[in-house]
Amino acid sequence: MEELKEKLIASFIAFEQGVDVDGNAPLHEMRVEALKTFETKGFPTKKEEAWKFTSLNAVLKNDFSLFPKTDKAVDFKDVKQYFLSDSDTYKLVFINGVFSSHLSSDAQDNVEITLMSAALSKPKYKMVIDSYYNQIADKNDSLTALNTAYASEGTFINIPKSKVVAKPIELIYFSTSDQAAMLLQPRNLIVVGENAHVQIVERHQNLSEATVLTNSVTEIVAHKRAIVDYYKVQNDTQTSNLVDNTYINQKQESRVSVHTFSFGGKITRNNLNFYQNGERIDSTLKGITIIGDKQHVDHYTLVDHIEPNCESHQNYKGIYDDQSSSAFNGKIYVHSEAQKTDAFQQNNNILLSDKATLNTKPQLEIFADDVKCSHGCTIGQLDHEALFYMQQRGIPKKEAKALLMYAFTDEVMASIKIPDLKKRISSLIAKKLGVTIGFDL
Amino acid sequence: MLQIKNLHAGIDGKEILRGINLEVKAGEVHAIMGPNGAGKSTLSSVIGGNENFEVTEGEIILCGEDLGELAADERAHKGIFLSFQYPVEIPGVSVTNFIRTSINESRKAQGLEEMTASDMLKKIKEKAELLEIDRKFLSRSLNEGFSGGEKKRNEIFQMAMLEPKVAILDETDSGLDIDALRIVAKGVNTLKNEDNAVVVITHYQRLLDYIVPDFVHVLMDGKIVKSGGKELALELEERGYDWIKEEMK
Repeated sequence: MEELKEKLIASFIAFEQGVDVDGNAPLHEMRVEALKTFETKGFPTKKEEAWKFTSLNAVLKNDFSLFPKTDKAVDFKDVKQYFLSDSDTYKLVFINGVFSSHLSSDAQDNVEITLMSAALSKPKYKMVIDSYYNQIADKNDSLTALNTAYASEGTFINIPKSKVVAKPIELIYFSTSDQAAMLLQPRNLIVVGENAHVQIVERHQNLSEATVLTNSVTEIVAHKRAIVDYYKVQNDTQTSNLVDNTYINQKQESRVSVHTFSFGGKITRNNLNFYQNGERIDSTLKGITIIGDKQHVDHYTLVDHIEPNCESHQNYKGIYDDQSSSAFNGKIYVHSEAQKTDAFQQNNNILLSDKATLNTKPQLEIFADDVKCSHGCTIGQLDHEALFYMQQRGIPKKEAKALLMYAFTDEVMASIKIPDLKKRISSLIAKKLGVTIGFDL
Repeated sequence: MLQIKNLHAGIDGKEILRGINLEVKAGEVHAIMGPNGAGKSTLSSVIGGNENFEVTEGEIILCGEDLGELAADERAHKGIFLSFQYPVEIPGVSVTNFIRTSINESRKAQGLEEMTASDMLKKIKEKAELLEIDRKFLSRSLNEGFSGGEKKRNEIFQMAMLEPKVAILDETDSGLDIDALRIVAKGVNTLKNEDNAVVVITHYQRLLDYIVPDFVHVLMDGKIVKSGGKELALELEERGYDWIKEEMK
């Protein structure tokens, strides 16, 4: 891990020469500053409270290729299964961090769905970049800083005022390598204008057996009354690891939801941060985690209630088998000005195996006196009476268990607003649970 | 059709059923009555194959086949149906989807093709009408937020869909108002024929005004202590159970 750190610091100059900085001094300074932060802090270790339950040590021992060879040929027919729909979505597809134009589709919808590389270099985006790029992201977070230092590509979406984007936008990050382990660091900025509405589905998918570590940073700005529904599909292979750092800056009366579906991958860490910078904001954080083997998923959430009369709704459901492990840390911070806050947090878990472990921790820091904050977490097993009931109706135990587990996730499934996605998640759950029965839609 | 021979069963090492003998022939309706704690619900659970209970002795035979080693779902496939006293709520799974899964799993076990969607719909429509169940009700999550009466009607609806050989109705009358009771009884009576049988487990005689039994058995302390015709139920309603205890002494 020290080796990788040194390699990352040593490679920076070569990296900056490789990307088109074009004398962009502010961006250069931002990168240098971020690299310094990373140099000081290094990779997170279990000694830090925030990383107590997730260790990247084993992954970081890999000899990562930092600049993977670009545009490996990937045929659409081979990756079709990872897309939500042929025609009913706009697609932005990357392979090893490089944009793939032939797998992507243009949005002819008067919205800017383009590349971060373009946004960072073209004058017409300068104002938006200056206003929002690396603004809400936590500059003191070492992995976010590492991403900022090396950020060169990713998604830039700019939705104009009052625009309702007609189709969901799919962001797909493929990786493929013959052997070398890869470190990928996509960087996304999504700015949603006043009263605009957009739905986004993000997915990282390793197409090879190589080890992949993705350290992704996404910043979302939701202006006044904007509605953003963001879905993260985490169903990657057993040699894939993901640290997802998402920062959301919500303005007055905006509604933002993030749903995270964690079924695959080796280690997945979700750092999800909501900042409520306005009144009457609604924030929703939901997740379904279903893992087995030695998989590990860590949800680390923050809802920062800064202004009065805002709501937040958190609901995470987890099902753990074999020797899988998981952590949920949900921090709700209510500032003294944030009166009439209504913050709800729920984390329910089912352990299917004696060897699975789970750590769940609500963390409420409340400095206002007129608020409604509730939280609850449960850890349990499947209800035997319910299983008997279903078996008595002729449903075999395995299928009965699957139906019960599906029912357990219902509160999260019910709020998926894209029908195709709901279908897809349903079938991923069935697959994960090893059954072929169809669940309700 | 259903034979129970010297059945002993219990839970956590505590014996609840202490030697039950019962024979139910095709075309018959039997009622099992008894005071609280007599073992009525245990009996239905054990027949259904609930793994929480341990059978220590005896046999349960359906159409000549010993059910002893079969799991609950396999017993269901053979034709055992239990109407639960407390049906379980399953959010996110609609009544329709549940019954479809249930029927198709049973058919799969019998080596049959899945029922076609149109046949399924037709059957659902027919049985729902019989039990005066609203269509909207069928798309709701199974038992979630159902009233007591709705839950029981839904149980009988599932019974109608699955067409079991032996239906065991465990306290189906509890929590039912008179209209719901009438609908449930009508459903049961319509489904009743010469090739199947019904066992009604109940605390009160009320349901037996509508589903008229051929035989009434009294279950006390884990044993059937008295059997008779339908008039026995009336006597129990009038006199309670104490006189039987006296008789036993």
